[in-house]
Formats: sequence, structure tokens, C-alpha cells
Amino acid sequence: MSKDAVEALSLNAITKRFGELTANDAVSLAVNVGEVVALLGENGAGKTTLMNILFGQYTADSGTVRVFGDTLPSGNSRAALDAGVGMVHQHFTLADNLTVQENITLGVHSLLKPSLGRAAAKTRIAALSKKFHLAVSPDARVGTLSVGERQRVEILKALYRDVRILILDEPTAVLTPQETDDLFATLRLAIAEGLSIIFISHKLHEVMAIADRVVVLRHGKMAGGVNTKDTDKNALAEMMMGTEATPPEVSPAKPDAPLLAFRNVTTADVGSVPGLKSVSLALKGGQIVGLAGVSGNGQAAMADVVGGLLNPNEGQVILGSETVQKWTPRIAVQSGIARIPEDRHKTGTIADFDLVENAILERYKSPAFSNGGWLNWRKSRAFADGIIDKYDVRCPGSETPIRLLSGGNMQKLILGRVLEADPQIILANQPVRGLDIGAVNYVHSQLLAARARGAAVLLISEDLDEVMALSDVIHVIADGRLSPEFRRGEMTPAQLGLWMAGQGFETDIAYAS
Amino acid sequence: MEIIDILFTASFWAAAIRISSPLIFATLGELICERAGVLNLGIEGIMVAGAFAGWMAVYSGTGLWAGVCVAMLVGMLFGLLHSTLTVPFGLSQHVVGLGVTLLATSSTYYAYRLALPEVTSPPKIEAFQPYEIPILSDIPLLGPALFSQTPLTYLAFILVAVVGVVLYRTPLGLAVRAAGENPATVVAQGLSVTAIRMGSVMVGSGLMAVGGAFLTMSAFDSFFFEMVNGRGWICIALVVFGTWRPGKALLGAVLFAAFDALQIRVQQTSLGTHIPYQIFLMMPFILSIFALILMSRRAEVPAALMVPFNKGER
Repeated sequence: MSKDAVEALSLNAITKRFGELTANDAVSLAVNVGEVVALLGENGAGKTTLMNILFGQYTADSGTVRVFGDTLPSGNSRAALDAGVGMVHQHFTLADNLTVQENITLGVHSLLKPSLGRAAAKTRIAALSKKFHLAVSPDARVGTLSVGERQRVEILKALYRDVRILILDEPTAVLTPQETDDLFATLRLAIAEGLSIIFISHKLHEVMAIADRVVVLRHGKMAGGVNTKDTDKNALAEMMMGTEATPPEVSPAKPDAPLLAFRNVTTADVGSVPGLKSVSLALKGGQIVGLAGVSGNGQAAMADVVGGLLNPNEGQVILGSETVQKWTPRIAVQSGIARIPEDRHKTGTIADFDLVENAILERYKSPAFSNGGWLNWRKSRAFADGIIDKYDVRCPGSETPIRLLSGGNMQKLILGRVLEADPQIILANQPVRGLDIGAVNYVHSQLLAARARGAAVLLISEDLDEVMALSDVIHVIADGRLSPEFRRGEMTPAQLGLWMAGQGFETDIAYAS
Repeated sequence: MEIIDILFTASFWAAAIRISSPLIFATLGELICERAGVLNLGIEGIMVAGAFAGWMAVYSGTGLWAGVCVAMLVGMLFGLLHSTLTVPFGLSQHVVGLGVTLLATSSTYYAYRLALPEVTSPPKIEAFQPYEIPILSDIPLLGPALFSQTPLTYLAFILVAVVGVVLYRTPLGLAVRAAGENPATVVAQGLSVTAIRMGSVMVGSGLMAVGGAFLTMSAFDSFFFEMVNGRGWICIALVVFGTWRPGKALLGAVLFAAFDALQIRVQQTSLGTHIPYQIFLMMPFILSIFALILMSRRAEVPAALMVPFNKGER
């Protein structure tokens, strides 16, 4: 930062609460002209919330946004756009059936203007495409484009409006490494034009590659800000994860025999997301195995294999002492594997079903809930009411559609559904994502209770504090590879952070061969 | 062979164009609603209300064009009701639409009874008269068919072009189409999905009402119960047939009307003495269903049609 830097944008003490959850707690951030600031943080750290406030899609509870010295009215996207702020959302906001040009020019002109000026628009899009290396055909329907091309359209959309500040929300999450390089080349051209960029990510190497300065958010609070040239990946990882872990009282584990084991399991890559690479893992009764790692490094493949959704290309899944031949979700459920899914909305519940129906969703066929093809609603309702009581699910009643519940209460129902079947193996994938602290402690205590009665638990989390607090054994996953087993307290967060950044694996001879 | 002869008479085509006119108004109206993402099943009832309102206004002493405006206004009011329930409140578009149809139809009959408690046969008004466009109406076959119609028919054809240009050539039309494709896109550009959708439904409903008014003010000169007779539902099919494009929708409307005009004439030929007349009445509908199946296979339905949108929800 030079002394004569001009401030493009400043966020001052932004606070935003969603119910009990404080998504942003007095966060301040300033960006100068021609600067790239990376906003780094775990999922749920409040990055996207902060940017949605800046872009006027949420209204902050307190704090102000200033762009080039002028305070923006809150909750007004129009004002943000007019002030020169453009945002490329993580989930693209494009209309598939409209052409590239139509998507780009939407809302640019007053709705009362009699003409779209299509020829002029096309010339301008072509010029911008060329200047910023964003090759895309203006007449193509967006629905026919690849993900990388759609992102180019999103960026063109912002450039077409002459934005001065460009926000990119996890732009590389959906890109291949090659496309990421192209994106960075485009961004460098934009910086040369004097644009300011806010780059949201949790990928450390990308942040190091593109940003001048890094601002780290943790649990909605500012965890610090550093210039990229004064830091390295490990220091950033430590800032992002935090080191204030104070583990709850956990009695020593008494591990039994392995209930589920992977032997050299390999799965296919899905786009830019790596599959598992010759992973061996044992889940023993009475033990919690923690899987730490930055999101998108193979956790999804791991969870899918455990849950029976994905069959390994190579290697074996061993249940008890037998190698599994046919591996499906139903067989997994019948084998006593219970799943707390990563995304409770998408794969955990059916939004418009009530609590009773959601409670029996995985086991409606079992004799406990049905008989000869007929559902037993009396038993089902009693089961749901039991969960509501025991797990303190706050709801108007068991016949409420589950979409009306808060995330925490939805999670408690899922937890009850999982634990009431006394499963032997529990897959807990991001079990506390988006929950407030009370719910977090409750979920954790229930997982520990399951361990105490002899269940094997696989805890997948991007929150290193959580993994370190609960796990008897920790593996780090990076790029689909699994680290050796670390015992509780064996590693410091900084050391685990190194593994998460992909270091340490090079010396792993078993993998290299 | 008599059928071929019929196809070459000007009176047949003139009838087809006349029959298609109310369909064109209402189809354009429905098309605008659906392009913005709202299915408007209130169409049938709104046409009934428009037919009555326009006719009643003229009967009470206003001019013909003022009557058209009254019909349009009544349609827009029902559109306001429909869109308030379906857009900001996000209620089921099917239920609200059918509700609006029932409400509009029954309140129209009620209003009719209130306004004319004593009459046995409804009074007539001085309806729109055909206007022969100089020079053009002298073209053989085409002239009497296309250019000797009432002003409302000309308006219907002009509106097809207007709606096409607005939808495809103006920022407003782009915003309407985007609202029907992906409302999140519209919000990200700082525009209001609620305003765009409500506006579209109101304008669309206004056009439906004018379509109804055509029946009482141009095709006939009086108001009867059951006079709309399912035309609204036909228009919903015509929107699909036209793959949500005004030009193709016009084509569909004329095609359907031509079948209708044809069946009336075929009934009076020698064929009509052998075949029960109900078969002929059925013909336009059966042919429409076939045409619909052929055309709609390639249709691009607006992606957000019937999907309510709430800002801030994901």
C-alpha cells in the first residue's frame, strides 16, 4: 500500500444477526483503488453475508458502507450498482433461456427507454471480451454454456456496467485449475485498469497468488489482516482456524475392533473436486475419528462412500470382517450406518414434509414404522414426538413442515433420527455448520455419548477447533489424500494447518509409489 | 371438394379473422403474464367480466372506445387481485387463478342481474362497425378478409407487433422475460421482481378483458351468459402452441379460428347431412390438440413459470 492510495470502499463496524446467530460482528474493511483484498474464512465465517450487505441484498443491523466517500443506503442493490459495485455471486444469477447479451444488458438501461440498442451493446461486449480475455459469444444461450463460460458472462456483466469495485464470491469453487489461471489473468487486467477487487475464498494458495492483502474472518469476527508479502500459507491457516480451542472434558477412548474400514479406496475426480486417492481408514467402536481439511479436498467423496452413495473404483470397503460386494445407501442403512448429512436442506430433509415424515424418512420400511406395506402413523408420530421431547426440538408440533424450523432445530431432529436407531457407525458430516453455540455443544455432547456406548464416529469438519476438540484420532485430507493417523494432542493446529495446505504428503512414501 | 371451395371464399377468411380477434387479445394477455412467470388461470373469468363491463358501459351511454377502456380497467383490477395473491404472497397460481375465474364470472352475472333486473332478453348496443381500409380492401380475397374488419380486430393485429417489439427490443421487455426465467437475475440487477410481475399480470389481464369485450362490442352487440364459452382456456393452450412468442401465438389463434369457421360452413354442405353436427363442433378442438402436440414438443417454457419468488430466501 503506497501512501497516496485512494480509498475505494470502506465497511465500518458492520454487524448482522440472523436470530441467535451473529453472522457479522463489528466487521470493518477498507479497499483502495487498484488493490485486491482477499476475504478469507471458513464456511459460515460470515464472508458472503458481509458481501451481501455491501451489495445491498441484506440490511445490516448496524454499521455503514461507504463507496468513494459516499455512504450507501442500506439494503439497496440499485444504489450499490450505481455507485460502481459489481458482484459475481457464488451461485450465478443468469437466466438460462436468455442469450449472453440479454443477460449482460438486463437492467442496464431505464425500463422506460424505448430500445435496447442491440448493435451498440454487441460492439461493446465484443470490445470488453477482447480487452479482458473473456471469450464468449454474445448470441449464445446461457443454458448451453459451460460453468467457466458462465462465469465470464457474470464478469462481463459487471464490466459492462463500468464497475469500479468487483466482488467475487468463491469464484474458483467451480473452476478447473486451467480456468482459474485464466480468471486470474483477467483479474490482473482489471486491476491494471484501476478496478478494486474483493476476492472471497478459503483456498490459501489462490489467496497468496492473487491478493495484495488478506483479511481473515472467523465466526463472524475479524481475525486479522495482513499484507500477502508479509505472510505465508501456514500463518493464514492458523489465523483462519484459530488456536483458541478449549476442548471439553473428554474421557480417554477405549477403541474396539474396526466396524468399518477402507482399504486403498480410490474414487473418480468430479470436475475440479478430487476423489479419494488410495485411502485406508479404520473406524473403531468407541472412538471418534476426525477428518480435518479445507473444503473440496475429497470430503464429499469420503462421505458418499461411507453412506453407500458412491462405490470405490478401486479398493475395498470392509464391514466388520467382511468385504462388501454390493454397496448401496439401503445396505449401508441396514448395516447400521447412520448419516448426518452435510447439507440438511438438500440431502437431509424434505422441506415440505412434516417432522413425522422426516423422522422416519430413512427407515419407513422397518417394522417399527410399517407393516405389510402400510405405514403405521401412530408409531411414527410417537417416534417423532419422542425425538422432539428428548432432543429439545423447538417446534409448534410434529405435524409442522420441517422447512419452518430453524437450522439448529432441523439438525436436532436429524440427530435424533440418527441416534434413536442406536447405530453402530455414525457419519457426522459438518454436523454443526451454521448452528449457534448452544446447539453446537448439544450436538457434540450427543456424539460423545454415542461414542461412550461403543459406536464408531467419523466426524468430517472444516472447523479445526471442532475436530481437535472431539476426535480421538485425526486424519487430514488434502487433494483426496489422507494423512497418517494423529492421536489426540499429538499435533498443534499450526502443524495440522501445514498438512491441510498439502505439505507433508510429499514425504509419504506409500502414496508416492 | 366443397371444403376446398370454402377455403377460397373471402367470407370464410373474414369469419376466421373475426373469430380469432378475441383469442388474439386474450392470448397476448396470457403470454405477457406467463413470460413474467405467472400462470393466469383467471383468464376465463376476466374475459367474462370484460365482455360485460365494456358492453354495460356503452349501454349506459359512454362511447365505444371508452367502453373498451372500462373493460381494460376492470380486467386490470382482477389482475391486481390475482397478482397480489400470487406475487407478494406467493400463493398457488392454480388455486388463485381458478378462484379469480369463479369470482369474476359469478360477480359479473350478479352485476348483470342487479343492473337489469327486469329484462328477459338482453338489450343491444350500437356495436363497432366494419371499417374498410381504402385501397387495401380492394385487393381480391385478401381485401375483404383482412381489411374490412372492425377497428378492434385491427387493434388486435397491431398489438401482436407491439407486444413482440416490447418483449424483444426494449429494456422493459427484457426485464419481463428475465423475471420469468430467473428472478434472482432481476434482483441482482437492482430491479424489483414484484413490481415487474404484478405490472405484467395487470396489463395481461387488461388485454384478456378487452378480448372479452370484443365479443359484446364487435362480434355481437349484446351480452349473454356463457358467451365466452371456454375461449379463455383455448388461449392458455394457444400460448403453449405459440411457444410463448406473440407471432406464433397469432398464427395459432387464426388457425384455430379457421377450423371453427370451417366447421360451421361444412355443417351446411352435403357432408353435414350425413354426419352428426357435434362431430363438426369437436373438430377445431381435436385439430388444436394435434397441433399443440406437434408444436409444443420444442417449446421453451419460461423457467420460473409458476415459481413464486421471495427476496432474501434461497
